[in-house]
Amino acid sequence: MKLEILDVDLPLREFHLELNVVLQGAITAVFGPSGAGKTSLLELIAGLRRPRSAHIALDGIPFQNTMRGLLMPSRERGIGYVPQDLALFPHLSVQRNVTFGQQKATPSGAFTFEHIVDVLEVASLLDRGVADLSGGEKQRVAIARALMARPRLLLLDEPMEGLDATLRERVRQLLQRLRQEFGVPMLYVSHSPREILALCDDVLVLERGRVRHHGPPVQLFQALPINF
Amino acid sequence: METGGVIGFTLWVCALSTLSILPAGIALGWLLARREFAGKSIVETFLALPLVMPPVATGLILLRLLGRHGWIGGLFERLFDQPIVFTWRAVVVAAGVMSFPLLLRSARVAFQEVEPRYEQVARTLGAGELRGFGRVALPLAGRGILSWIVLAYARALGEFGATILVAGNIPGKTSTLSLSIYQAVQLGHDEVAYRLLAISAAIAFVAIWCSEFLSRKGKA
Repeated sequence: MKLEILDVDLPLREFHLELNVVLQGAITAVFGPSGAGKTSLLELIAGLRRPRSAHIALDGIPFQNTMRGLLMPSRERGIGYVPQDLALFPHLSVQRNVTFGQQKATPSGAFTFEHIVDVLEVASLLDRGVADLSGGEKQRVAIARALMARPRLLLLDEPMEGLDATLRERVRQLLQRLRQEFGVPMLYVSHSPREILALCDDVLVLERGRVRHHGPPVQLFQALPINF
Repeated sequence: METGGVIGFTLWVCALSTLSILPAGIALGWLLARREFAGKSIVETFLALPLVMPPVATGLILLRLLGRHGWIGGLFERLFDQPIVFTWRAVVVAAGVMSFPLLLRSARVAFQEVEPRYEQVARTLGAGELRGFGRVALPLAGRGILSWIVLAYARALGEFGATILVAGNIPGKTSTLSLSIYQAVQLGHDEVAYRLLAISAAIAFVAIWCSEFLSRKGKA
């Protein structure tokens, strides 16, 4: 994966998100204190924010280039987005949530309904309403829904937030399995250096909308006195 | 027209008027809830005017537009060889125009109460605006809108001022419950007036009860 996030100027409430960075990790963590602009960065990549300026491209395909007046709509970007609140559609069953973004073309390879449901362990939940699910189940359904759209990049906003230690470990293992089974690169917001060290091969540290550090997590967390 | 005929006619034309304003009311409600555009507050104010303007004044505007020499009435008559004013069509239009702001406001509020996040996620899953609206926003706002559709219908049932100007009060042709009560009082037929009053009150009670029920069910 090569995700170019260049010349970004996105006004936020207290500061501007100003980025010039190229991400190439299979799983890249976005790390930093609350309100640093991490969620805004994911929303920008997903096409849900309008920056003053930006050049964003994934594997050479431009999503947005304000200089050239180019803006690819969210629905065409092939970005799977799992927001922090998950935003499962409350009026639809688990099955209808999961298949919401299903491609019309016959799915092939790893992205079949059966395979996704199996890997995410949601087969037994399909007939249930989303309101009846536990936090961990909702998490898995939201990831399954995003995968059904065959994304070229998966954005996960604090997927372990609010889960207890056992569930966190389970989600961590699940994300490692997703990496092996589907090969979809991920951008993953986290507050936990331990999770990042276990999962990610690249980490971007944001502070007040700017890149404070970018590099392999081992090197970063050894070198920095991070007190977030 | 017999009392039964008046009731049937009133329920029918009001149902037709409510149905006819539904698509525009819901679409505009979504647009006002989700989009910012130049002149939005002017559009909102303009569309709310029938709520606060004297109904007779709205009726006068409608009479100008729908009359044989009006823009809409003239065009309609050329196309279909039928007039609008002083027919059941005028009753439908008057009731629709008067209840439209109520429906529009309720639809806007119902859409505002739906987290935009759901539609955003739907877009990342490949849904266009129409699919996001139809499969996400509308079902989530639906219950709120439904309760107000019933209220808009009840509002149409009570319409008087605009209707009498644009449709007149022609027995067997344009007489609604409200117009018939007015006529019965004018003619000193108190018994008829009170009977129609009781029927109107019963219909209004049922409509408000249904609206409250739907509203509570939607929040549950």
